[in-house]
Amino acid sequence: MIRKNVSDYPLVVLALLLSAYGIAVVYSAGQTDFPVAYIEGAWKRQLAWFVISLGGAYLLSRASVRLVDWMTVPLYWFGIALLVITLIFGSGAGTAASVKGWLTIAGVRIGQPAELAKLTVVLMLARVLAARKEAPKSLLDLWKPAFVVGLPWLLIMAQPDLGSGIVFIGIFFALLYWSGVSWQLLALIASPAVSLILAFSTGLWGAWFLILIALVLYYRPYMVEGVVLVLANVAMGVIAPLLWERLAPYQQRRLLVFLDPSADPRASGYHVLQSQVAIGSGGWFGKGYTLGTQKRLAFLPAQHTDFIFSVVGEELGFIGVTLALALFLALFLRVVRVAARANDSFGSLVAFGLGASWFVHVVVNVGMTLNLMPITGIPLPFFSYGGSFMLASWLAIGVLLRISSEGRGRADTLAV
Amino acid sequence: MSFHPNEVARRARAASFILAGAIVFLASAFFRTQILEHAAYTLQSETNRLREVPLPAPRATIYDRNGAIIAENLPGYSVSILSKTAESLRTALRGLSGVINLTPEQIEAAVRRFRSAPNRPTVVLADASFDVVSVLEEHRVDFPGLIIQAAPKRYYPDKDAVATFVGYTGEITESELNSRQYRGYKSGQEVGKAGLERQYESQIRGKEGTHFVEVDARGRVVGEAGGRGDIAPESADPLYTNIDMDLQRFAASLFGDTLQGGVMAIEPKTGEVLAIHSAPSFDPNRFIGGVSTEYYSQLRDDPRRPLYNKVIQGRYPPGSIFKLATAIMGLEAGIVSLDDRMPQPCTGGYYYGNRYFRCWDRKGHGDVNLAQAIEKSCDVYFYQLGLKLGITRMLAGGVSLRMNDKSGIDLPNETRPIWPFAAEYFDKKYGPGGWSNGVLLSLSIGQGENSQTVANMARFYTALATDGSVVRPEIVRRQTERSRVFKLTPEQLSGLQRALAGVVSSRGTAAGAQIHGVVIAGKTGTAQSGVYRNGVELNHAWFAGYAPADDPKIVVAVMLELVPYHGSVAARIASQMIEHYLKRPTIQGAQLEGD
Repeated sequence: MIRKNVSDYPLVVLALLLSAYGIAVVYSAGQTDFPVAYIEGAWKRQLAWFVISLGGAYLLSRASVRLVDWMTVPLYWFGIALLVITLIFGSGAGTAASVKGWLTIAGVRIGQPAELAKLTVVLMLARVLAARKEAPKSLLDLWKPAFVVGLPWLLIMAQPDLGSGIVFIGIFFALLYWSGVSWQLLALIASPAVSLILAFSTGLWGAWFLILIALVLYYRPYMVEGVVLVLANVAMGVIAPLLWERLAPYQQRRLLVFLDPSADPRASGYHVLQSQVAIGSGGWFGKGYTLGTQKRLAFLPAQHTDFIFSVVGEELGFIGVTLALALFLALFLRVVRVAARANDSFGSLVAFGLGASWFVHVVVNVGMTLNLMPITGIPLPFFSYGGSFMLASWLAIGVLLRISSEGRGRADTLAV
Repeated sequence: MSFHPNEVARRARAASFILAGAIVFLASAFFRTQILEHAAYTLQSETNRLREVPLPAPRATIYDRNGAIIAENLPGYSVSILSKTAESLRTALRGLSGVINLTPEQIEAAVRRFRSAPNRPTVVLADASFDVVSVLEEHRVDFPGLIIQAAPKRYYPDKDAVATFVGYTGEITESELNSRQYRGYKSGQEVGKAGLERQYESQIRGKEGTHFVEVDARGRVVGEAGGRGDIAPESADPLYTNIDMDLQRFAASLFGDTLQGGVMAIEPKTGEVLAIHSAPSFDPNRFIGGVSTEYYSQLRDDPRRPLYNKVIQGRYPPGSIFKLATAIMGLEAGIVSLDDRMPQPCTGGYYYGNRYFRCWDRKGHGDVNLAQAIEKSCDVYFYQLGLKLGITRMLAGGVSLRMNDKSGIDLPNETRPIWPFAAEYFDKKYGPGGWSNGVLLSLSIGQGENSQTVANMARFYTALATDGSVVRPEIVRRQTERSRVFKLTPEQLSGLQRALAGVVSSRGTAAGAQIHGVVIAGKTGTAQSGVYRNGVELNHAWFAGYAPADDPKIVVAVMLELVPYHGSVAARIASQMIEHYLKRPTIQGAQLEGD
């Protein structure tokens, strides 16, 4: 199966450009007036991981999609096993010290199993959905995909890692969509979550409830499903305030600060506000590479990981931001093209799922720097410092390359 | 799953739109933040990273009438700390006290300063010695918020000799900060606390500048703020005074360390204060940057009260120098002329009712007229003149001679002299009928309910030296403000002036104060103090007078507090000053050229 091994040059070039851009910003993130040795040297380790990742991606691109398909089930359960072990023996790190996200052996942090789980869940979900002759048309049809995502999701939410949890939900909906599930059914599935959020305003919730009824009448699911859905929405509206009470004060604060960061500028809102100041003060062209004052003077939190995009905004300005976003968009569109050209449904779903995973990361992470999204410790692909994620992203590139090379039509054109 | 190519292409198109839409949405959010709201965020970013370090303005140099420096600024250093909270400040100060000596009081004072102006660097040492600065520079890395800067330091080259009128400066207090007068001042700033420094604070102060330093999120000073230049402090224009430093120094030297009292010399026509000195004095330089507790308590506990201004604050019975006021009242009222004698000649005392009032000279002065009574300072003559005037005319006359007014000198905290405004004063004090016309006897010779400041007596004698107009004493101001306080015929006035010249002649009480070539006119006074030392009652020895008698250039009022001497000693001091002032070759020359 050595046919057109690395043929999707645009995909590789985009990933290389993003990685180079990312490592350059990680280097800048370490350039502060009171340097922290660990952050100052981060770019070297990131570079090393990048090289390792390239090797991994190359190896994976040599593996047939069939092999990946065959490996999916053991990989999935391996990922679940790691999550369980992490939950029991894991340790926190950095700003998220209370979150058991790291697999630690003999005091050495090995990695974050959640990153691996994102890949294995995409594979497993793709396998489950590809096995069906038709797209799921009812809620009952969805129990298996829901289980595939739900199990690791619960394990991750138990850490608790809200950010990764959001990514799993994003993957779930993206793959259902790509497998042909109608948007109305997707809306119905999502409806209880919408109810949960809107429950804080009775008027909004009432309006949403009317829309839901209309949707149910239009889509006409099975009677039992319809009733369950409606009841689920009602229940969410009722328990939302109770859930709010159950949240830890810091979680409540985070949500409130998301709604109004200036409410608490010194404490919870501080990070978002400083990130916005960094980005806003960047202007068109930024303050210059490595010269961002917000970053240099430590006003910017987690500038090498979660808030790395704020460094882009501060030092390279709107031009630098636009360039990064354009590169991401090009990557996404390329991935959609790979998915559309895949020669089987498993490969197609895998490709789309991997792209969706990145997309959720980008939107949530970048949105967070401007307070468009709540703060969740979710990294920016190819940019945020972190070995596991760099490796996982490039392994995904390897898989995508393989799917692309096995796909139909010419691989080296940019048109969708 | 449905995998028809058309279906897939449709979904791929929709997905691409969603992706592109999301990215465009993000980009537009960045556009809003980075381009549309750029200015606001830039400001916030600058506020984040820049701290304003005030650059103190040098206070105005104060000059005397000949260009000699009275107050100037020397290069000095101040030490401050930038901190975010009172706690972190305390921690930093504790660390600092391991390197330089900081008393707990200094630490507490710094914390108080921080509380009232948390965004300014907190002054720890307003005036740090070079040694302290060198030590701190060595340990700079350990104290990230430390700011050592050049700070002009007030210096008075003539030390004790100028403290009486120049005052001193000090850190603004919390109550001053809260007062309307000091609006716009900030904690840690230096303000005039006394004397001219306080009186002319707004003119002397100058305009504080700003130096920007860059700090990080933890308040550590990173360096100078690139691109943000300093706003230079502006020094105020120099303050020119009427003081004659040569005379001022000489006056201070006459008092030395042993005499206590006050002296003031004025130009009688313009009111220019040539010298003003209260003894003992203090070294105002030791107040700069915070007076030490030892020095302050030493001054406070000194029974001679060096911090008390004996020229404008101290009130003393004027004694015989007041007899001129009694004489003026009598002449104005027309009840006496310069040649008139009183019914009883002086036999060394006078009976009023059943009380015997002594003349200072128990031998008696015999039968004297008014001019002679002034020369000899005969008490018995003035007892009878006072009785002739009566209480109403006496009190009203004193009021019109400004005996209960401040002199109006341009110094803060002048005290109002005590002089009864009317007979009701006595009714109030002793009850109606509880007093008799006997009070007139005391009042007529400058005793009794009469306490004057040296400044006011000097002002009163400017009227005698001129045409009956007192002039307001001016240290800095140049608008002469004169007002007529009595009206005598030219003959009466020149008669009084001749009598005053007679005092400083072989006939008078200040015979020893004569100097060669210049006729001095004046009056001695010896007021009882009621304070005894070694069984002898101490006096307040006075002299007030002017010279040259025919064309007065200088009025001098001297008061020696609690001395075993008479007014003649005070007259010697005054005559030495007059001699020094009028006979100084350089100044004479300058004056001739000026004329």
